[in-house]
Amino acid sequence: MAILEVDGLKVYFHTRNGVVKAVDDVSFSVDSGETLAIVGESGSGKSVTCYSLLDLLPKPPAKIEGGTALFNGKDLLTCTADEMRHHRCNDIAVIFQDPMTSLNPFLTIGEQLIEPLIYHPDKSKIETRSRAKEKAVKLLDEVGIIDPHTRFNCYPHEFSGGMRQRVMIAMALITEPKLLICDEPTTALDVTIQAQILELIKKLQETRNVAVIFISHDLGVVAGIADKIIVMCEGTIRETGDTDAVFYHSSNDYTKKLLDAIPEGAKVLPNRVTSNEPLVEVSNLKTFFKNESGKNDDDRYIKAVNNVSLTIPRGEILGLVGESGSGKSTLGRSILQLAPTTQGSVKFEGKTLTGLSSSELFPWRRKMQMIFQDPYASLNPRMTVFETLSEPLLYHKLATKKTIASQIKQLMDDVGLSQGQLKKYPHEFSGGQRQRIAIGRAIATKPEFIIADEPVSALDVTIQAQILDLILDLVERHNLTMMFISHDLSVVRYICDRVVIMQHGVVVEEGDTEMLWANPQQLYTKDLLAAIPLADPISERSRIAEA
Amino acid sequence: MNSIETDKGSSLWKDAWIKLSKNRLALVGLGLLVILIVTSLLTPLIAPYGYEAQNLDMGATAPSLQHWLGTDIFGRDMLTRIMYGGRVSLMVGFIATAVALVIGILWGATAGFFGGRLDAIMMRIVDVLYALPFMIFIILLMVVFGRNILLLFFAIGAVEWLTMARIVRSQVMALRNQEFVEAASSLGLSQWTIIRRHIIPNTLGPVIVYTTLTIPSVMLLEAFLSFLGLGIQPPQSSWGLLINYGVETMEEYPWLLIFPGLALSLTLFALNFLGDGLRDALDPRTSKD
Amino acid sequence: MYRFALGRLAQAIPVLLIVITVTFFLIHSAPGGPFSADKAVPPEVIQALEEQYNLNQPIWQQYLSYLGDVIQGDFGPSFKYSGRNVNELIAAGLPITAELAFYAMLVALSVGIFAGVGAAMRPNTAQDYIPMTGAMIGICMPSFLLGPLLVLVFGIYLDWLPVSGWGDIPGDKILPSITLGTGYAAYIARLSRGGMLEVLSQDYIRTARAKGLREPIIIIKHALRGGLIPVVAFLGPAFAGLLSGSFVVETIFQIPGLGRFYVQAAFNRDYTLILGMTIFLSTLIILFNLLSDMLAIWLNPKLRQEIKGAN
Repeated sequence: MAILEVDGLKVYFHTRNGVVKAVDDVSFSVDSGETLAIVGESGSGKSVTCYSLLDLLPKPPAKIEGGTALFNGKDLLTCTADEMRHHRCNDIAVIFQDPMTSLNPFLTIGEQLIEPLIYHPDKSKIETRSRAKEKAVKLLDEVGIIDPHTRFNCYPHEFSGGMRQRVMIAMALITEPKLLICDEPTTALDVTIQAQILELIKKLQETRNVAVIFISHDLGVVAGIADKIIVMCEGTIRETGDTDAVFYHSSNDYTKKLLDAIPEGAKVLPNRVTSNEPLVEVSNLKTFFKNESGKNDDDRYIKAVNNVSLTIPRGEILGLVGESGSGKSTLGRSILQLAPTTQGSVKFEGKTLTGLSSSELFPWRRKMQMIFQDPYASLNPRMTVFETLSEPLLYHKLATKKTIASQIKQLMDDVGLSQGQLKKYPHEFSGGQRQRIAIGRAIATKPEFIIADEPVSALDVTIQAQILDLILDLVERHNLTMMFISHDLSVVRYICDRVVIMQHGVVVEEGDTEMLWANPQQLYTKDLLAAIPLADPISERSRIAEA
Repeated sequence: MNSIETDKGSSLWKDAWIKLSKNRLALVGLGLLVILIVTSLLTPLIAPYGYEAQNLDMGATAPSLQHWLGTDIFGRDMLTRIMYGGRVSLMVGFIATAVALVIGILWGATAGFFGGRLDAIMMRIVDVLYALPFMIFIILLMVVFGRNILLLFFAIGAVEWLTMARIVRSQVMALRNQEFVEAASSLGLSQWTIIRRHIIPNTLGPVIVYTTLTIPSVMLLEAFLSFLGLGIQPPQSSWGLLINYGVETMEEYPWLLIFPGLALSLTLFALNFLGDGLRDALDPRTSKD
Repeated sequence: MYRFALGRLAQAIPVLLIVITVTFFLIHSAPGGPFSADKAVPPEVIQALEEQYNLNQPIWQQYLSYLGDVIQGDFGPSFKYSGRNVNELIAAGLPITAELAFYAMLVALSVGIFAGVGAAMRPNTAQDYIPMTGAMIGICMPSFLLGPLLVLVFGIYLDWLPVSGWGDIPGDKILPSITLGTGYAAYIARLSRGGMLEVLSQDYIRTARAKGLREPIIIIKHALRGGLIPVVAFLGPAFAGLLSGSFVVETIFQIPGLGRFYVQAAFNRDYTLILGMTIFLSTLIILFNLLSDMLAIWLNPKLRQEIKGAN
């Protein structure tokens, strides 16, 4: 008997704009010991489905319009508030996406851990503080927190991202629930930490025989741990099935679209012109920032970029890879003279740029541009598309009031936006469209070098694929040289000729993409490559089993 | 050459106006404010009686057809007195707020945009001034230098600019780190162009809201001082002064207290509701629909 | 933590010095001396008085000798209340004003927080609209309007409560405290509503719900700490406001506190009294600001540790 059976679930949001059918007739089931993955892009309804089971949705806009959700035979959607609290405490637990905001910053993690035990609605199950603490410490140890006894009294901000997520997992498991809902638990984590957390969840599931619902937008992440998969889009289920069936034998168009969108291997660009002549030369670059809270001499500076040297020949697409804190973004900004460098030099077309004043730098500005990560923050919300695109052209005197209209028309065609959108404002576009506008702005001055700083990381996977193709198309057509910064190795492998790997501000390894993948030399590189979640269940399962 | 058919976009200002127009209280506040301003400007033309017109035989009388709001102990028409008082109160409100606005914006924007040591020093000064008991200083100023209306503007403005500076600074700092500002830098735009085209338009929202909320605060301050006898001096009058007179005779002639009090309260109401409405309207998080 | 407090105290001293200096020179730059307002005083008497109070010494000497006295805690004699010393007058008025401010703050915090938190718990319902409209009225009705109205209604028409004095008749502390505290209660209600709404939309509240905790525990243990931050930040300015508000309330209700003395001293040009009281009140305000800053830091675990770590 399945521990959770959802049948015909309908959740609608009543906004002033109309009714949004967030979840429309969704049915699925999960057994003890089984992992069900719910996969979908943003707006698919995957999170709303699970939050409605525990009555965690904001009730005025959200309304459960129909369906049942039987947990061990009892309908979660129609139970009383007391019964729901009972379920939340005893039976079903949730691990949320962002451990930084999901933990109360004002209470120690120990206090937050023992709460479900000391405030248990079932009088017979209420624990004393000391007993609860014992249980909590044991659990902290089990999830991999070192020195759990002392760490019990620490606050959330004293833990790193991965450690915080372990604490959240402990908090979820402390009442020994029968069903664990994981809402994108690894999305906010670095890829190596992600691998560890996935292994941890799998291990804990096996020892406790809990049912797990794992929500994700990333098929690769769930390939290794899911037994069954549901693919959702716009509130409905497009496909249900065993993992292998979905990955290897799917006949559903949407699923195939999702699978296709995952970058695989390397893209071939036949018409690119590469050369050996170096366009960008970085020598012994150091970018240090003053550390406000540093205590001793060592800590006085944050060494974001610590003695980095690299060369980018004309026509090359160089990948810059690193986890958070590696310094890759700072390096990109330092090269473009957007961050104040401390030592070393950056040369462009043979000319040293570091140390130039802003007026001396001006003529070089139009030759190197940047595409930013966040499509919501990289466009001035008070300027129309036309104004945003015309600013670079007019400022650099590359167009006059007469010629600007046709030049902008060309730009819009280049990035695949329709002409009718010119007078609109950024907030009226989707994320993918905004990124197109940002790309348009970057290529407006016909630069020779572009740094793309995680340009697709904030986009849904199907949109990602479109934007990547756009970028490649533009590189080819305009003979651009590019530095592509990303933490997503599959994407980097897809489009980059060479890759540089950074950690803690230094270059760990570099080389041709395929050679690096085939034969990584450094331990960190090996770890990084091994942690990439592949959309291949068979290999992922064996990897997790080995770990 | 074919013309481009473009959709008309909806700017953030337009969205804000749509949101605001759905907020009835805010609209009432706006309407009241407009009426007040127009009345104040036209007072010399439309006041029923002369400002100084006394009628000692009549003395204080309750509201009647000839004197809608009654008369004071010198027989002066209260409606007229309140209208003239309103002129002064509103004028102090707007001018002192303008003073605070100019100083606060310049100070806050400079500190926020240039950051570093300049910011540290400038904000340190703000912190120190914030800790001082300003009310006491204003009283001192007014006592020492006499009750000069210009000084009053200056003194009140000197108190309010601090919060404005803080708000502007935090807004500018938040903007400075936004990627679209970085994009402007990477295009080589001069700092002045960035400030003018990218920073200022995006700062206007909170500034407008705070300005609308500062005016009532300033008016209250003026009324407070005038009530104590340290603000506006006769023969000019303001609502604070009228309330003061009203308190003295409130047992026998309560209308002398109630009507100026009502005038002040309603104005403050209108401005506060409008300010709240503006804050909600300009908040990008609330939807316009 | 103590080193931090001492450090902040040390920073407060230059501020105090500035206050003393600015006030001193402001007063002494007023046109006319302290006695010029008095009508029928013959010039020889003025001369004698000025000698008695050292007013013919060069200004710098007066300043330094005054500073010296102040450091030892002596504010000198009052110019207008002959035979009485500023210290005495402050000591007489202080307990009364302190009590008034205390009760007013009590009213403000209890009513304000209760109303604000309640409103945030059920936003956009009657539990929200009614207190918040009341709060708006409280903000738009200044104490010098509210006070007389309360006196009119409760003192004169209904004759339920006494309208003057402090501590003479039972119940005479009620109206003044309410008058002074209402405006602040209103402001605090709005601040706590805003703070609580912000906190209640945070992810960690959703986590607390998902753990099956009861609503009272979620509000009190999880939400309140973050939600009341704006109120704690407001405490310093609120205290300063209460002190200056007391000027008006004491005048209306005939309460013999510091506020009333201050206003009269201002009118009478009683230099030493004004000076002494300004410095005293400023010291109080600065101290209170320091205390509330420390409270704000102590409530935030991250900042608390940074301070401890820095030691």
